[in-house]
Amino acid sequence: MAIFINETTRIIVQGFTGKIGSFHAQDMINYGSKVVGGITPGKGGQTHLGLPVFNTVKEAVQQAGAEASIIFVPPAFAADSIMEAADAGIKYCVAITDGIPTQDMMTVKNFLRRFSEKERMVLTGPNCAGTISPGRAMLGIMPGHIYMQGNVGIVGRSGTLGYEAADQMKRLGIGISTSVGIGGDPINGSSHRDILEKFEQDFETKVILMIGEIGGPQEVEAGLFAKEHMSKPVIAYIAGLTAPEGRRMGHAGAIISSAGEGAAEKVAILQELGVTICSTPAAMGETVAAVLAKM
Amino acid sequence: MDIHEYQAKDILSGYGIKIAEGGLAYSPEDAVQRAREIGGHVWAVKAQIHSGARGKAGGIKICKTHDEVEAAADYLLGRRLVTHQTGPVGKVCSRLYIEAGTDIAKELYFCFLVDRSSERIVMVGSAQGGMEIEELALNNPEAITKIYIEPAVGLQDYQAREMAFALGLDAEIMSHAVKTIKGCYRALRALDVSMLEINPLVVTRSGELVALDAKMGFDDNALFRQLKISELRDKTQEDPREMAAADRGLSYVGLDGDIGCMINGAGLAMATMDMIKLAGGEPANFLDVGGGASAERTEKAFRLVLADKGVKAMLVNIFAGINRCDWIAEGVVQAVRKIDMKVPLIVRLSGTNVEEGRRIIAESGLPIITADTLAEAAEKAVQARNEVVAKEAALEI
Repeated sequence: MAIFINETTRIIVQGFTGKIGSFHAQDMINYGSKVVGGITPGKGGQTHLGLPVFNTVKEAVQQAGAEASIIFVPPAFAADSIMEAADAGIKYCVAITDGIPTQDMMTVKNFLRRFSEKERMVLTGPNCAGTISPGRAMLGIMPGHIYMQGNVGIVGRSGTLGYEAADQMKRLGIGISTSVGIGGDPINGSSHRDILEKFEQDFETKVILMIGEIGGPQEVEAGLFAKEHMSKPVIAYIAGLTAPEGRRMGHAGAIISSAGEGAAEKVAILQELGVTICSTPAAMGETVAAVLAKM
Repeated sequence: MDIHEYQAKDILSGYGIKIAEGGLAYSPEDAVQRAREIGGHVWAVKAQIHSGARGKAGGIKICKTHDEVEAAADYLLGRRLVTHQTGPVGKVCSRLYIEAGTDIAKELYFCFLVDRSSERIVMVGSAQGGMEIEELALNNPEAITKIYIEPAVGLQDYQAREMAFALGLDAEIMSHAVKTIKGCYRALRALDVSMLEINPLVVTRSGELVALDAKMGFDDNALFRQLKISELRDKTQEDPREMAAADRGLSYVGLDGDIGCMINGAGLAMATMDMIKLAGGEPANFLDVGGGASAERTEKAFRLVLADKGVKAMLVNIFAGINRCDWIAEGVVQAVRKIDMKVPLIVRLSGTNVEEGRRIIAESGLPIITADTLAEAAEKAVQARNEVVAKEAALEI
């Protein structure tokens, strides 16, 4: 099962013929993802990496049966590309682009809410590494080989910290059902909570590792959801113990701007909500192993 | 990006918000000249630094004579002001805003910001102005009114009225209040403002609504389409190291510790810093070198970290995804050979081509300490730092 993507998911790449889009499209194809084409407005009808190029997402849905999309479009145009995908009937979209203006993301979220829940595209990112269902499909820019197939779901804001977690788990022989990057921006497509809900429904996922960080309310919201609506154990690590208040730590959203947004505070609240906390970032793998051993 | 009070007031006045008459001064002579131009008998001499709570830090002087204006200006110019928002280092005041004294009947709090939970713009107001909203939220949360704005249709008149009534404004100034509130919202949407705070917004004795202070922050991601706003950047208000980093496409935040860090990815960087702290050390900085860590970029990052003379050891932690460990190892070796490194270097590589990367470091013959895991890397960095500090102490004796 896994969530969002598997070996049959028909994928398109928005920003297909650009340098970055081409590089990662090839990498995804090599991994085994079913890439069926890409979009570059004005280059429709051409062939790139042996696949068709379309002018619009709508054409890619109609002619190639596209279901999922990945966006490598520059920040100024990325919101438009996301909305085009949603309108064309794409079911799942990953936005890799870093640097999309906050007001553009507000517009995107408002646009998505217009669709009925059944018709609504799920967006993860922007400013993320993407999603991978190991051994099945990769819709992202991560090094696919560090992920082992298995039963742990990962949701996290950061790319490389997610790799670190996958690597620690692989060393302990623990595999992953799906790993989802939700990105480091203040307003993002899906929250930690949204992804926990998907993992709760996925029969292959047994436990979930949530990798959060300072800033914003999402980790606590996810903790509340886990306590009230989940049967599966949730394990969390929150990065940014040493982050001072009011300073942006790389990610646009990683800033403590009000009470409750620091790492120690989030950890205390999550612990109270019954979430298992990884005492250090080096202990993510062993904490998951310990929880699995008790099941 | 933040701007100064006088810049924010200039913008807001273009959107119909009333401000007191004022002018900019770079010297005590300028300040007196501005006071003469403004006229009247009371002036506020206000330090222009990127921070709130300037009053508490002594950055705002109320003056009743030109001599007092001159003395206040002389005192403030070049002074380093420390507020809870500037950190212990403070910020240097190099320009002043001289403003006509306002006859205050009532002080209110008013702001707009992006609410991450509802993913909307929220308008926040309180009839208890002047003090910090954080304090008010803590001690008297019911005195705060929040109104959320639907992004597609924007701020409606009834919402502005609701806020004006919550602020306790009289019916006579209602239309002016609605105009003021809507003007702020238009500025916010048109200019990609992420935070707009007017504290205090005052009602004068003659019954006017005046923005006595104004603070604006802009979305860095949107500056590409706000060129006029970008021009308002005052680099003297920013940490020179952070600016130098930003100019090189690196993300750097200076901290108080003494273990320098170079890491790829913001999350892994924060986690590595956490690990240093848990191992008993303190990080000197946050530094995300990003995805394409070329040899050139690595060298720049090294120079940036080592420019902080307080650094006693340096930790490099790279998880190579698209990168390859062998490329990074070569970059590190090159950087160390070029820069005369005086402090111990700990390198932990992981991910693609890790064996090859480790071999390059080992064969370089350089005194680089290597580590396999995150925990080992942090422990070795703290240990190396402690040895350096112990040696320094021994030399002093």
